[in-house]
Amino acid sequence: MKRTFSEKLAILSDAAKYDASCASSGSDRRGSKKEPGLGSTERSGICHSWTPDGRCVSLLKILMTNFCIYDCAYCINRVSSGVERARFSVEEIVWLTMEFYRRNYIEGLFLSSGIIRSSDYTMEELVRVAKVLRLDRGFRGYIHLKAIPDASPDLLAEAGLYADRLSINVEMPTETGLTQYAPEKDSIGIRSAMGHIRKKMDATKEKTLAGRRPPRFAPGGQSTQMIVGADAATDQDILSSSSALYSDYRLKRVYYSAFSPIPHASQALPAQKPPLLREHRLYQADWLFRFYGFQFQEITENRPDGMLDLEVDPKLSWALDNRAVFPVDINQAPRELLLRVPGLGPRSVKVLLATRRHKTIRLDDLERLRVSIRKIRPFITTPDWRPIKLIDRMDLKSLFAPPPQQLSLL
Amino acid sequence: MKEHLVSLPEAAPFSLWRLHARSLLAAGIAPEHIVWRSSSGQDDLFSQPDPSPETETSKPQKISRNCLLFLETLLCHANPEKFSLAYRILWRSRRERSLLKTGTDPDIVMANRMAHQIGREVHKMKAFVRFREKTPQGSNTRHFAAWFEPEHHILEKAAPFFARRFTDMNWMILTPKGSVGWDGETCVVTREACTRTIFEDEAEALWKTYYRSIFNPARVKVKAMRSEMSPKYWKNLPETELIPEMLAQAARQTW
Ligand code: SF4
Repeated sequence: MKRTFSEKLAILSDAAKYDASCASSGSDRRGSKKEPGLGSTERSGICHSWTPDGRCVSLLKILMTNFCIYDCAYCINRVSSGVERARFSVEEIVWLTMEFYRRNYIEGLFLSSGIIRSSDYTMEELVRVAKVLRLDRGFRGYIHLKAIPDASPDLLAEAGLYADRLSINVEMPTETGLTQYAPEKDSIGIRSAMGHIRKKMDATKEKTLAGRRPPRFAPGGQSTQMIVGADAATDQDILSSSSALYSDYRLKRVYYSAFSPIPHASQALPAQKPPLLREHRLYQADWLFRFYGFQFQEITENRPDGMLDLEVDPKLSWALDNRAVFPVDINQAPRELLLRVPGLGPRSVKVLLATRRHKTIRLDDLERLRVSIRKIRPFITTPDWRPIKLIDRMDLKSLFAPPPQQLSLL
Repeated sequence: MKEHLVSLPEAAPFSLWRLHARSLLAAGIAPEHIVWRSSSGQDDLFSQPDPSPETETSKPQKISRNCLLFLETLLCHANPEKFSLAYRILWRSRRERSLLKTGTDPDIVMANRMAHQIGREVHKMKAFVRFREKTPQGSNTRHFAAWFEPEHHILEKAAPFFARRFTDMNWMILTPKGSVGWDGETCVVTREACTRTIFEDEAEALWKTYYRSIFNPARVKVKAMRSEMSPKYWKNLPETELIPEMLAQAARQTW
């Protein structure tokens, strides 16, 4: 039976929604004023809409096809799933991207695919979409391509010419998890592709001996995703995996995707609500690493079971476990220490550092900056405030933790 | 000392406010002696300041570029308090060199908050303008138009983004606070109010199909959505009319 264009779009975007990434940031800034064409990129990216799952819609995120010869247990598109299948042609994807872009619905395209025939064949088709967009249509918006595991390095190099970002999902936080749930994929293959991408990116920063710049390669960097809650990995396992990923492959982002029950689920998987709060805490921990100068290991080292506290955020949790560090003098402490104070973010720290050069900061100054005094008070001193023993209270945590949930009637 | 009354339309461009501010400053008139009144209507848009306070002998005032840029942003705000606040900052910054950097000063706290709201709305405009196609028969460039309702006077700030991006088509963004237009070569911004016009665009059906399908009903987080995409924008976003139905469907799902 022949499907309409709209039916195919529904199938192929439904199939893509389990990928958390939709970012359009981090690329070079470009526009279309000097050369003919359409599109531009902003350094910080733009979200054009939000769906009721709280996720941003920045890119047209679709699969070229959801046919797949692999059988990854967590994936709705695996060969043994009973889901409806469809495939878009290169021309159809190009057309849709351009039309959505012209109406300002999107920043660009995030194209992924199930594996058909072979990894190389699939990757070639993805690259072709990007190439037609860039070379034939003069498209200068954002392109994020999924790198297919085991695709040849030449194809990855070509993908990097046209794409802003490349990503390849490690899927499971640990190797055991991967062998268990994605028998055809191997973590060595995935990591060697990431290493390859990193080398190519590093190379664009150096000139060759002849003084020429190497060709463009994915200026928006690479990212990856881990599924949370499908296997037995603890938060500590997940975060130490992130730590290695950020440092070994210089990833721009690691995404955490709460395992979400899928229609036609494999028996091997937990049929439960996605662990959204856990996912949220992992993002907060990731945030502490990227913007607050925390090391991943510090965040979980005091957690007995290797799991982040679900009751309070990881920064507060760290502060409660490291009370000897506090109270911190708001007028004297260095930036790194201010960033450790629960209730202070990089923006308010910046204002405080600039302000205290000219005047002494008092408690009401903090109030004016809309810092939560209740939250910050036990951890700081100002000329007019000193937390007497507050920091030693055994029940300090209960001042912050949410009240216990009432039993649901249903 | 006598009170000075300055009457400006709420939408007064920065340049007009600056003319007034400059002569008041030159005449040494302190902020507490000025009443800034925002007049309604556009009649005053081209009014000139009372020339009397300015004297030939007054020294030109040196104001840092940073400060001027900051005040220019502030003047985009819809709150009429902006006129007196901007003048107060101007007045004080002559003596208090580090005023702008004193992030805990009440005037600066207020001004930073207003500037932040403006920056945020510029960002939201880039995100939420939705073009609809309206290409006249026989034209070989494609034509698009959009209706958007900003709270603040941000069109000048947002226009360069659209001009850099949508170069190979003709487009107009109409708003109650003015319009931005591009004809393939130049970008024109006006401050004349436009009226709402809506027409059909077939591509919208595909966009809605996409919006519905990319939603994961197993993870409903309405609060997160509303805080990023404030309901005040919803009436001009075609996809948002699907939200009630999508949520109802998600609630019926059992996992
Ligand atoms: S290879 Fe990709 S699309 Fe295919 S089953 Fe595995 S995760 Fe799903």
